[in-house]
Amino acid sequence: MQKQTTPDHGPQTHGTPRRATFQWIALILATLATWLVGQTGATGTAIVGLLAVISIWKGSVIILDFMALRHGPLLWRALILGWMALVWAVIGIAYWKALA
Amino acid sequence: MNTTHSPAAPQPAHAPRLAGDLAIWIFILAELLAFGVFFAAYAFTRASNVALFDAEQLALSRNAGALNTVLLLTAGYFVVRAVQAAEHAADRIAGHWLAAAIACGTGFLAVKMFEYAHAFQADISLSSSPFHMFYLSLTFFHFMHVILGLVILIALWKNVRAGRYRLGDMNGLETGAAYWHMVDLVWLVLFPLVYVIH
Repeated sequence: MQKQTTPDHGPQTHGTPRRATFQWIALILATLATWLVGQTGATGTAIVGLLAVISIWKGSVIILDFMALRHGPLLWRALILGWMALVWAVIGIAYWKALA
Repeated sequence: MNTTHSPAAPQPAHAPRLAGDLAIWIFILAELLAFGVFFAAYAFTRASNVALFDAEQLALSRNAGALNTVLLLTAGYFVVRAVQAAEHAADRIAGHWLAAAIACGTGFLAVKMFEYAHAFQADISLSSSPFHMFYLSLTFFHFMHVILGLVILIALWKNVRAGRYRLGDMNGLETGAAYWHMVDLVWLVLFPLVYVIH
């Protein structure tokens, strides 16, 4: 079968199955970590920070690899990653305000 | 002039490319901003009602929240595998991956409805407290997005089985996949924020 390609569509746009599978496993493990923190009832600035970092890391995998923005235009990569960072920054300010 | 040592010509690089229609990305950005405002409103309302929010959050099922996170992430992974399969013209396999993603998304809805049924049995409503107002409205807003995402995945499944997508002609599939991943992305903030962090 003749392989169809276009100049603007690289074959690696959506990565490889192997990479996606490793990322999925890592995402599930990160979810279990968040669940475990919830089950212990742990709280405090460090815990909120840890959960935020886990959420941002998971989000960055979805944004860069699942949404294929790693090879997308810089503007869109910055906008969606920036949304994630901004949301957690605002949540962090609100939690800091609650502690004050 | 000796030209035998001239550097090799660089490999042509693929230009950055948005996976999916520009319109869906503008829509995704608008949706993310709407959810972002919702998350900020939750966090700042909590700052004025910390004890109430913490006590009522404890009554939520973190098991259900975590299970739903696993279901959404798995559905997202299956969608990625479907796109990868379609890139290689493996339509039947792509269809199977999409069907599996639809099953996971349906599982999410089932778990959420179980949660809602439990909440309504406990007389929890939008007006019972600020926490419950946010819990019900935020999760239901997301719930509606999952339903729309599933409708899109079903349409993609039908198209994939009809062999409509090929490498270089993946726009429709990528557009629907991007929407599904957005629904997933929002939940990755919602779950720790509403179910875990206190």
